[in-house]
Amino acid sequence: MLITELKPRETIASLVDGKKVFIINCIGCKEVYFPEKEIRELENELSASGNVTGIITTDYICNPDNMKLRLEKHTGEIEAADAVLVFSCGVGVQTIASYLEEKAVYAGCDTCRLPGFQGVTPLEYKCDQCGECYLNLTGGICPITACSKSLVNGQCGGAKDGMCEVDGSMECGWERIYRRLEEIGRLDVLKCPTQVRNFATDDEVSAE
Amino acid sequence: MKITELFERGEFVVSAEVGPPKGFHVEHLIEEAKTYLSGITAVNVTDNQSSVMRLGSLAMCKALKDEGLTPIFQLTCRDRNRIALQSDLLSAAMFGIENLLLLTGDHTKMGDHPQAKPVFDLDSVSLIHTVKKLEEGVDLGGNPLIGEPPSFAKGAVVSPCSDSVDAQLAKMERKVRAGADYFQTQAVFEPEKFIKFMEKAKQFGKPVQVGIIIPKSVGMARFMNNNVAGVHVPEEMIEELKKDKEKTKAGITGVEIAARIIKECKPYCQGVHIMALGWESKVPELLKLAEI
Repeated sequence: MLITELKPRETIASLVDGKKVFIINCIGCKEVYFPEKEIRELENELSASGNVTGIITTDYICNPDNMKLRLEKHTGEIEAADAVLVFSCGVGVQTIASYLEEKAVYAGCDTCRLPGFQGVTPLEYKCDQCGECYLNLTGGICPITACSKSLVNGQCGGAKDGMCEVDGSMECGWERIYRRLEEIGRLDVLKCPTQVRNFATDDEVSAE
Repeated sequence: MKITELFERGEFVVSAEVGPPKGFHVEHLIEEAKTYLSGITAVNVTDNQSSVMRLGSLAMCKALKDEGLTPIFQLTCRDRNRIALQSDLLSAAMFGIENLLLLTGDHTKMGDHPQAKPVFDLDSVSLIHTVKKLEEGVDLGGNPLIGEPPSFAKGAVVSPCSDSVDAQLAKMERKVRAGADYFQTQAVFEPEKFIKFMEKAKQFGKPVQVGIIIPKSVGMARFMNNNVAGVHVPEEMIEELKKDKEKTKAGITGVEIAARIIKECKPYCQGVHIMALGWESKVPELLKLAEI
């Protein structure tokens, strides 16, 4: 079981304010709790500003075949948008980011772990349910699962010919992130403040 | 003494590396450091290098300091969480150790305890950030330190001959923004690549020491080419090592090559860092040949 929480309003505003946005909203699979009411409120607010080019609301956005067809139906609306805002767990955001290679794809939610049964991730994209989604700082590629050391401030010096020192069959996650940010013209996000991970599961303990 | 003071004075700073042993008898190592390394500015002490368990870096730093050398305390994020890292930094300050080299560290899988839990609670950038906070008198949890805060020369590393040099520069910039004062590089065998890198890196305004490994043999060169990230020994250098086996065996060829690389890089950087890997005895000769 996992749970998604809406990122703080200021965070979302900093990503989409003044931009044309296409919204993708996952209403889930049975393993995930989604804050549907809060998301709908936010969608309405954004729509009222006239900046939303289109909305897809569906389940299982991590299902590649299903999603591909749906995205194709909305090609025009997606092209008209500066950014795509995804409300889903980390797997969903990564699936969309991999389809829309030239778009800035942003996560609207953090994905947290709940004890008990975890959702079956059917794909190569992994979400560690770390509770503070980094996908907005990494071009939609998860540094927690794509980097052997789960580094959040850039690559170590350990990649050889683009491959990870720990697992030679795995591409260096941070080199992928760098290349993707370069493609979408967002290398500026690497200038973000130093990231310090928060391993506290208790909400009372705030991040540094 | 902080090595940053020397950079500020415009000195060409020379450091070399000492790797603590798997054991606690260090007399021989200290004798060797005193004999061959006392003429240089500072001595890096590695922190369980290559994820191989050894005597601690901090203890070795203290032992070298007691013998009049200037140690650089290497600290990685692989084996300690943020509490242990900060605690060791305060311990270093208590011993009067003022120079740090802050790294993420190799993964545990690379070493002699592959079953160990890799920590990486922090990484090189957030560790630099943490040291900066301690210097401001607050720990990473936001709690005030008692008494005068510590003050360090905060070193970091960068890999100038990496195949993704732009990503390396982006990471270097993050380290500078987090508070890095100086840089030591991964071993350079291709001065032209290093010079190109420095053209871009000089915008950050931080001193850079070029990293040097003395190539000991053809086998070592090939091993590095196949296994060590960001290091490439060009084929003509390997040919040079092949040419006169006796000369190479005696270490003369390797020292000549290393001296040549230092001379070529020197106009573009602020110092040199020598990773002698057991050939500490060759360091004085290397520096002489490189005219330092």
